[in-house]
Amino acid sequence: MGEVRLMKGNEALAEAAIRAGCDAYFGYPITPQSEVLEYLSREAPQRTGMVVLQAESEIASINMIYGAAGAGKRAMTTSSSPGISLMQEGLSYIAAAELPCLLANINRGGPGLGTIQPAQSDYFQSVKGGGHGDYKLIVLAPSSVQEMADFVRLGFDLADKYRNPVMILSDGAIGQMMEKVELFEQQPKGGTFPKPWATTGKTKDRQRNIITSLHIDPKEMENINLRLQEKYHAIEENEVRYEVMKIDDAEFILTAYGLAARICQKVVELAREKNYKVGLIRPITLFPFPKKLFAEIVPRIKGILDVELNAGQMVEDVKLSVEGKVRVEFYGRMGGIIPTPEEILEHFEKIFIKGE
Amino acid sequence: MDEKDLKLNETEFLNEDICVAEYLVYKKPETLIDIDLHYCPGCGHGVVHRLLMEVIEEMNIVDKVIGVAPVGCSVFAYNYMDIDMQEAAHGRATAVATGIKRVLPDKLVFTYQGDGDLAAIGTAETIHACNRGENFLIVFINNAVYGMTSGQMAPTTLPGMVTTTTPFGRDTSITGFPLKISELVAQLPGVCYVTRTSVHTAGNVRRTKKAIQKAFEYQMQNKGTCLIEVLSNCPSNWKMTPLESNKFIEEEMIPFYPLGDIKVPKEEK
Repeated sequence: MGEVRLMKGNEALAEAAIRAGCDAYFGYPITPQSEVLEYLSREAPQRTGMVVLQAESEIASINMIYGAAGAGKRAMTTSSSPGISLMQEGLSYIAAAELPCLLANINRGGPGLGTIQPAQSDYFQSVKGGGHGDYKLIVLAPSSVQEMADFVRLGFDLADKYRNPVMILSDGAIGQMMEKVELFEQQPKGGTFPKPWATTGKTKDRQRNIITSLHIDPKEMENINLRLQEKYHAIEENEVRYEVMKIDDAEFILTAYGLAARICQKVVELAREKNYKVGLIRPITLFPFPKKLFAEIVPRIKGILDVELNAGQMVEDVKLSVEGKVRVEFYGRMGGIIPTPEEILEHFEKIFIKGE
Repeated sequence: MDEKDLKLNETEFLNEDICVAEYLVYKKPETLIDIDLHYCPGCGHGVVHRLLMEVIEEMNIVDKVIGVAPVGCSVFAYNYMDIDMQEAAHGRATAVATGIKRVLPDKLVFTYQGDGDLAAIGTAETIHACNRGENFLIVFINNAVYGMTSGQMAPTTLPGMVTTTTPFGRDTSITGFPLKISELVAQLPGVCYVTRTSVHTAGNVRRTKKAIQKAFEYQMQNKGTCLIEVLSNCPSNWKMTPLESNKFIEEEMIPFYPLGDIKVPKEEK
């Protein structure tokens, strides 16, 4: 068993970055995730020699990631919603240049400057693009402090495997709350994936390496797009992750990710006490989305209630997955309000039991 | 053999007589890739590209150098330089270079940026990279106009200068004043070397090369940020012939942007 500690989600994520062999972290303070930059500034350089630099803006930090990742190093940044918005240009370039790197969004309520309280309102931005052009991030949604740590190592490995940016989409509650976390052992710095494409100075035994996203010739540009789409398809085939709870005999499915899924675990318990056959599907990868699981379960169920801390974003992917074959309803709170299990159960009963 | 001799015997010389090793006075650096340049005739970019590659080859640092290309006319700089390079988003070259240099501190990093990239959209990245004293070279091409988008006002456009977005001449009461970013960053303690050169005459081309060489030497000595501003011509967007544009540099650009060292390392003062 690894070392067990009581940690904040943000601290667990930072500690995991050191242990995952991250070479460089560039970040800018923003609530509710500033602990990551603080923790790393305090711990990382002396322990592993990790570069930790406070950038002048999120625009700068994402472009520093581009440079460091292009140089073949494990690079990472974290931020919260408004800061992640500023990074979208850089993310598009990173996805296009196929640079492996890790980001975490400790989502706060929006739009605009919004609130510093937790929300899930950046689902669309993370999963559907955010920046310009046809690209995808691999999006991991932790629902515990343990997963805040574990997904750092998983995220770096997926990034290196597919040469693709990975986003950990968390929220202010998971970032700030303290839980027991079992930490994995220190991994080799920089990971173990070969990166022959990295710009490290052209030696005589190889061609020059160019990191770019510019392809003026439309034929070439389309071919690159097609290759990217192929890669995203392979990710959809190979990397879907989810957790289920009591779905075998379920007549109704609750679905939620991250913090909302934790609340829904309690809702399942409360519903079962009332003899409602309710199960839970928690997508862990938001891209790739567990489409097949939803499609498979459709013939066995009467309805799906999707619960999110937003105005209804993942629910669109649920609907696309079931293709109108089953009733899909939505319940959400916004602006940093966290619904109670009782409130969600009441809504479930209203729709699916009382038929209102 | 002088020019006179050559003229006198013009008819007697065939190419194979002239092109022999003993007459060789100049050789194109191998790091400068031998393909057609996309730059307009008379443009200074090609000259600065060549100078960079000459210095890198002469200093034998090909395997140590990583370049960062901007967005602008020189977005394709990496097409001509046979070295490892990264293409940055518009204005972000010094942030990208920071990322590279911080993880590969033993390598030699340079950015190559135009005036719009460095002094408009990328001003924050430029100033903060300089203020951190990032140990790399910034090559700043100032031609006082947006070239790639075909002739709009740049932050360095001279007062009264006609561009497609200042069709009646740059009115500083509306658009503000040309930004002397070199003088500005020279104030920062992290910056070690700032100089302004040009490529409109042979002498100035030589001085530019010397400055590039010095900057790489300072980088090897970890002295901090070096910035070389090169006044360059843009015949196409200035609507001039190449010769007229060289004259414009001499008569209009240099009086406003005087050539010479703006900051040198302390021990050299």
